Amino acid sequence: MDLRAIGESFIAWLQGLGIPDGWVLFINWLVGSVLILGLALTLALALIWLERKLAGRIQDRLGPNRVGPYGLIQPIADALKLLTKEDITPAEADRITYNLAPIIAVFHVLMLFAVIPFADQVVGANINVGVLYLMAFGALGTMAMLMAGWASRNKYALLGGFRVVAQLLSYEIPIALVMMIPVLLVGSLNLNDIASGQGGLFGLGWFVWIMPAAFLLYFIAALAEGERAPFDLLEAESEIVAGYNIEYSAMKFAWFYLAFFLNTWILSAIATTLFLGGWQGPFVDKIPALGVVYFFAKTFFMFFLFAWVRATFPRLRIDQMMAFCWKVLVPMGLALLLGAAIIVKMGAEMSWPGYMTNVLLLVMNIVVLLVMLSLLGRYTRTLSETKNKRLFAPELPRL
Amino acid sequence: MVGQILFIIVAAITLLMALGTVVARNLFHAALFLVGVFFGIAVLFIMLEAEFLGAAQIIIYIGAIATLIVFAIMLSKNVMGKEAGAYNRQWYLAMGGVVFFFLLMGWLLIQMPFAQVSAEVPADAISQIGQGFVGHFVVPFEVASVLLLVALVGAIMLARERNS
Repeated sequence: MDLRAIGESFIAWLQGLGIPDGWVLFINWLVGSVLILGLALTLALALIWLERKLAGRIQDRLGPNRVGPYGLIQPIADALKLLTKEDITPAEADRITYNLAPIIAVFHVLMLFAVIPFADQVVGANINVGVLYLMAFGALGTMAMLMAGWASRNKYALLGGFRVVAQLLSYEIPIALVMMIPVLLVGSLNLNDIASGQGGLFGLGWFVWIMPAAFLLYFIAALAEGERAPFDLLEAESEIVAGYNIEYSAMKFAWFYLAFFLNTWILSAIATTLFLGGWQGPFVDKIPALGVVYFFAKTFFMFFLFAWVRATFPRLRIDQMMAFCWKVLVPMGLALLLGAAIIVKMGAEMSWPGYMTNVLLLVMNIVVLLVMLSLLGRYTRTLSETKNKRLFAPELPRL
Repeated sequence: MVGQILFIIVAAITLLMALGTVVARNLFHAALFLVGVFFGIAVLFIMLEAEFLGAAQIIIYIGAIATLIVFAIMLSKNVMGKEAGAYNRQWYLAMGGVVFFFLLMGWLLIQMPFAQVSAEVPADAISQIGQGFVGHFVVPFEVASVLLLVALVGAIMLARERNS
């Protein structure tokens, strides 16, 4: 069964009804958008249940288990509760900005769904600048949170807004650097091309095998971009109560909650597409519909990793988080991008066989990772030594 | 036809946003209107099938520049206040300058003989842009990055703590 064929036969059926071509295109795109929107909003319900259940089991709790079997209906009950709650707007709030912020927060994540290839050629909009598009609409989320933080006219919300800029803008740099690496290896910004460039023997063509350090870097930076522990400084309850969305209640809060979960899922989907081969998997060239299964399996695996980290790690301090970004992740991302560019270009110029380039890339990745780890190890060692040496002078060396 | 109507709608919204940027009484609102202007221009780029420019417009202008402007405003005095009026009365001078500049630009644009190119966008436009950056236009491209680097180093020098 080919998913592409279903779409084409749908177009042919519409044309058979005697509808003009312009309208056929319009109806086709409308149906596509509604399908993707429906998928996104249904996914959110599943993701909320999954994350709560996973966090519960990891932390030796039960998680939701009252509404429905295994608590499956819990997200729907929560949504109903949020719908019926009173919608409170602070008297001093800046009305239009205050109401616009949750809309933009959800809008920017939903826009990202448009370019994710769910299977070969099964993508909302197969645009040639897919990776740039992801970065562009990812950046819009920062704006929504800033608006929410400012418009609430609340000190804690404003502090949350400051943290949004500090965190999201900083972590956008390493994430953009590593997102460029698969683009370099494939030679295209199109996400479908990047996924189809990772074919090969049972997943050996995935970029995670030849660029493991880049994948790790993406994963860490995505934790920060998705506002997840250990980088959930934006809503650190113990420091700034709840961050930028403190004044939001009822459905407006639900929109931020929705955007948070969908954002994590999208970050998992991007990781899958860029590093885990997207819809690639065994027999996918024979039965294209299997691609959807592989894509969702890998994306949910990535989501599981995100949930695992969130349920396990304690929160970092904000200066530690910023130092880690600017002094560890950004240099590492630059080194990886530069190394990959040099090796790919050398391989093309000297016409090395493909495996040679891949082995060199892998070696380069391991070297970068080892250098970074040894530098970090040395730093922590000096830190503990100075701590022991002068107990009464709490001036610690900087990272 | 449909394209023209869409263009007029988008252009009108962009112009209204631009007007809002200038006349808004609240600095934060002005910044948000500016974001609207940038977004409208990105939409215009995409309508011209210049996807790369549209995406770059959003990344650079909304993702980086507008966010930093908003951040700077949030660090300024009286950020929680409703209005921040003008600190001087030079707005009519500024308006005169702007009107003069608009007339000058309009006159120049009418005079300028624009090169006519085929409406078809080449399929490999993005790789052509990339090759242009590191080929024909490599010197301006590199000079721009050196300029940014100098600005970065300068900012660090200004903000650095001087511990003797």
